[in-house]
Amino acid sequence: MGEGQLRLPDEAMERLNALDDAVERAVDGGDEATFRDALHQLLAGVREAGAPVEDDFLHDSDLILPPGDATIEEVRALLEDDGLIPG
Amino acid sequence: MSLMKRMSLIFRAKADKALDRAEDPRETLDYSYKRQLELLTKVRKGVAEVATSRKRVELQINQLEAQAQKLTDQAQKALGMGREDLAREALTRKSGLQNQITDLQTQHAQLQGEEEKLTLASQRLQAKVEAFRTRKETVKATYTAAEAQTRINEAFSGISEEMGDVGMAIQRAEDKTAQMQARAGAIDELIASGALDDASGLNSGDDIARELESMSSQSDVEAELQALKAASGGQALGTSQAAGELSGGAASDAATPVAETDEQKG
Repeated sequence: MGEGQLRLPDEAMERLNALDDAVERAVDGGDEATFRDALHQLLAGVREAGAPVEDDFLHDSDLILPPGDATIEEVRALLEDDGLIPG
Repeated sequence: MSLMKRMSLIFRAKADKALDRAEDPRETLDYSYKRQLELLTKVRKGVAEVATSRKRVELQINQLEAQAQKLTDQAQKALGMGREDLAREALTRKSGLQNQITDLQTQHAQLQGEEEKLTLASQRLQAKVEAFRTRKETVKATYTAAEAQTRINEAFSGISEEMGDVGMAIQRAEDKTAQMQARAGAIDELIASGALDDASGLNSGDDIARELESMSSQSDVEAELQALKAASGGQALGTSQAAGELSGGAASDAATPVAETDEQKG
């Protein structure tokens, strides 16, 4: 989030899913340091594998990631359907 | 379900809900466009606010750096006069200042990052809003319910997502700048009141300055005295005699020039 949309090749998904699982476990586990580490790895993986879409591309994303400086609390809030202001 | 997937579903659910609210999707499009323009204005305001905060922190860093430089100069001067204790005091105060400066520099880097991120986000949003407007007009012109519906949905959820994202980015930036502004305000107040200087600069710097000044005026007096002695020594018979004349001309007055010097010292 906050970095725009990226297009990801299918080949990258397996690796990213593994990283995503790690983030999710960290959120469940509640350990901030593990979470931060896992999130940064996931974001780095996405940035590396993805290509940015054009600015005027209008389509919703299949996957959305929290911003790099988000805390576990913020991610939980996002998942609880709070604090989002679209539309 | 994966975290990434869950988050995108939540975004989409919100967008769908907003779209369902209107009976005629075309109304939703117009309303949404209006909201987009509002958000765009808000984002631009947010960027300006972050920039203002950044400049303020920059200014404070400059002020504190000038203060630190002043203390370094004072330490040097004190050392030159053989007052190591005074030099140590000045350097101690300087190291306190240095911590503040480092803190502010960290804040400055954060604000700069925030500013860059928001600038990019506002560019992105603007491009999307523009694309949305074009799409909206096309859809409205060729509106046949079923066919247009999918195209509306697509454009709408695409822009909703960006709006949600940017809206949150703005919210986060606002929270962060509010915190930093509170701190910057506190530092401004401290600088204005002189309390910060008390701990780390001006006021207490002043007593270092005062002492240095009195020391140098003392030595000025000595030097002038020597010069006077030398001059009158030239006129009279010799330096030693001139000195004798000054202090011994009238034995009872002997203390007078010393007392004057003492007054200047105090």
